[in-house]
Amino acid sequence: MTTAVATRSLTGREAINEAIDQEMARDETVIMMGEDIVGGAGSPGEEDAWGGVLGVTKGLYGKHGDRLMDTPLSESAYIGAAIGAAACGMRPIAELMFIDFMGVCLDQIYNQAAKFRYMFGGKAETPVVIRTMVGAGLRAAAQHSQMLTPVFTHFPGLKVVCPSNAYELKGLLIESIRDNDPVIFCEHKSLYDVAAEVPEAPYSIPLGEANVVHEGNDATIVTYGAMVNTALDAAQTLAADGISTDVIDLRTLSPLDIDTVIESVEKTGRLVCVDEANPRCSIAADVSAQVSQEAFGSLKSGIRMVTAPHTPVPFSPVLEDAYIPSAGAIVDAVRATDS
Amino acid sequence: MADNPFPLDTEGLLEAYRTMRTIREFEDRLHTNFATGEIPGFVHLYAGEEAAAAGIMMHLRPEDRIASTHRGHGHCIAKGVDPKAMMKEIYGKVGGSCAGKGGSMHIAELDVGMMGANGILGAGAPLACGAGLAAKHRGQGDVALSFVGDGASNQGTFLESLNLAAVWNLPTIFVVENNGYAESTSRHYGVAVDSYVDRAAGFGLPGITVDGTDFFAVYESAGEIIDRARNGGGPSLIECEMVRFYGHFEGDAQTYRADGEVADLRRNRDCIKTFRSKVEGAGVISADQFDQIDGEVIALIDEAVVEAKAAPEPDVAELLTDVYVSY
Repeated sequence: MTTAVATRSLTGREAINEAIDQEMARDETVIMMGEDIVGGAGSPGEEDAWGGVLGVTKGLYGKHGDRLMDTPLSESAYIGAAIGAAACGMRPIAELMFIDFMGVCLDQIYNQAAKFRYMFGGKAETPVVIRTMVGAGLRAAAQHSQMLTPVFTHFPGLKVVCPSNAYELKGLLIESIRDNDPVIFCEHKSLYDVAAEVPEAPYSIPLGEANVVHEGNDATIVTYGAMVNTALDAAQTLAADGISTDVIDLRTLSPLDIDTVIESVEKTGRLVCVDEANPRCSIAADVSAQVSQEAFGSLKSGIRMVTAPHTPVPFSPVLEDAYIPSAGAIVDAVRATDS
Repeated sequence: MADNPFPLDTEGLLEAYRTMRTIREFEDRLHTNFATGEIPGFVHLYAGEEAAAAGIMMHLRPEDRIASTHRGHGHCIAKGVDPKAMMKEIYGKVGGSCAGKGGSMHIAELDVGMMGANGILGAGAPLACGAGLAAKHRGQGDVALSFVGDGASNQGTFLESLNLAAVWNLPTIFVVENNGYAESTSRHYGVAVDSYVDRAAGFGLPGITVDGTDFFAVYESAGEIIDRARNGGGPSLIECEMVRFYGHFEGDAQTYRADGEVADLRRNRDCIKTFRSKVEGAGVISADQFDQIDGEVIALIDEAVVEAKAAPEPDVAELLTDVYVSY
């Protein structure tokens, strides 16, 4: 007997909003802060004018009031304040509009939040979630489009989450809010307007468990975030040619479920790592290295990486489209593992 | 005994003296022992500055949080961290405040409201804003304090935090410990305004400058601004003008200081001598009572050093623990 779960079609934006709404209703210590997350603070016009620059938190102020706070344009201060409040028993969600802005407040993240637990001998808990937009495709150019997931994955003590669709966004955000470690929650902006079936009731997806979203025997494609959907397109094309692939959505980059990847490679013998990030020291490079070390004997050919080029993100739509890894490039890479 | 003209009763005065003497003895002993090479790493000593930590922290309760600095031993002791656990931490041993994983620059004891010394200058200010925010949500009248030196008061984190605390009307107090030097650089070179009170005013905060070597001046001013914050009056800044008896770090030859400068400060601006002579001079506490505390403090630090040296080294397996709460 199966139990029907009430789902409906929600966009990524709506799924995130619902996750925050449900967690704020469940737990009084969940608060949220960020630039214009309510919008219009102190201004003469509409209250709750924006709900964030892309409207993700719209309507939450009406339900939860002053537990959502607009901040001055002052990332070091308010990201640090979220971290400090987390170390004092709150469960703050801080929105840092774009991951590209992390540079101005990075110390608070990598030297403070990430290290409290270890540096203080296991006594501290810092349950903060920093929500931030990642990725290219919106013609937002070099300082609003980066995929900086590898940078944060490098820091011990941080968890890094990068969901692939609306269903994943809700479940992984709820889990991140409930988690007692600092989480960098990376939302690919191209997913905000893409709908998926999303259960109405709260649910959580564990951190550190990859998801095999397409099954096959000839090659393994590993990726995360919006690239999962690109990889699935590639898998369809390959299937039409009789090449069947495992497509693995890593979901979280720290912790990293390398076991699921190795298990798949032991079956397929071929690996393509796809990453929207720049290639040097990327997630793709990291997974490649780990598989080389742990499962070299299972590989029938060299590992291929499909990544952005090692350049900043360009503005010109023609150039940006060429920058973002394509399904065609993934198809070519999978074929190349069989040459 | 004579009438007590001081804002603390005899018990309070003895407690203040014990706190300051414990800090001084702790730091003097570290200075001596560091020179032997037996203490690993970097150590920054608070000796000379004791009146600020003691005068401020006597107003606090365990629920109040402080975010400290690299020169944090005095803040720790005054906030109630066990000096023996601190000593073990500085020696990197089992039983240290942070299990030997933090060291001098990262001592924390969250249960008594000590959120950590900090190796990054100015980084504590945003954290204290967060502690103030959490206190505001709890609604119990708790406060949070951020300590910075005159040097770190130039950091963006500090200046941004003044604004955020003012905008959100947080119960957060900013303590500028102005010991005249940012490492080796004079405060007169590195800070363009004459008074930190002017800086506070620039962010809409009340500010006050006190003689940080005068325990009673610190105690009375800190009491006022802490009470104000507890009662919803919002943030403020207190600048303590103080003196540093040792170098920026242990091993600093201090060639940038004037000939005789430190000797002169030790002679004329030693906050503990000043405190003792005032209180003893008023006939409120006798020399014998002070001497007895001196003896107890020396015995405590003796024990702390003996125990730290004897404590076991961490098990190497500890290297991999406590990166996360859950893996």
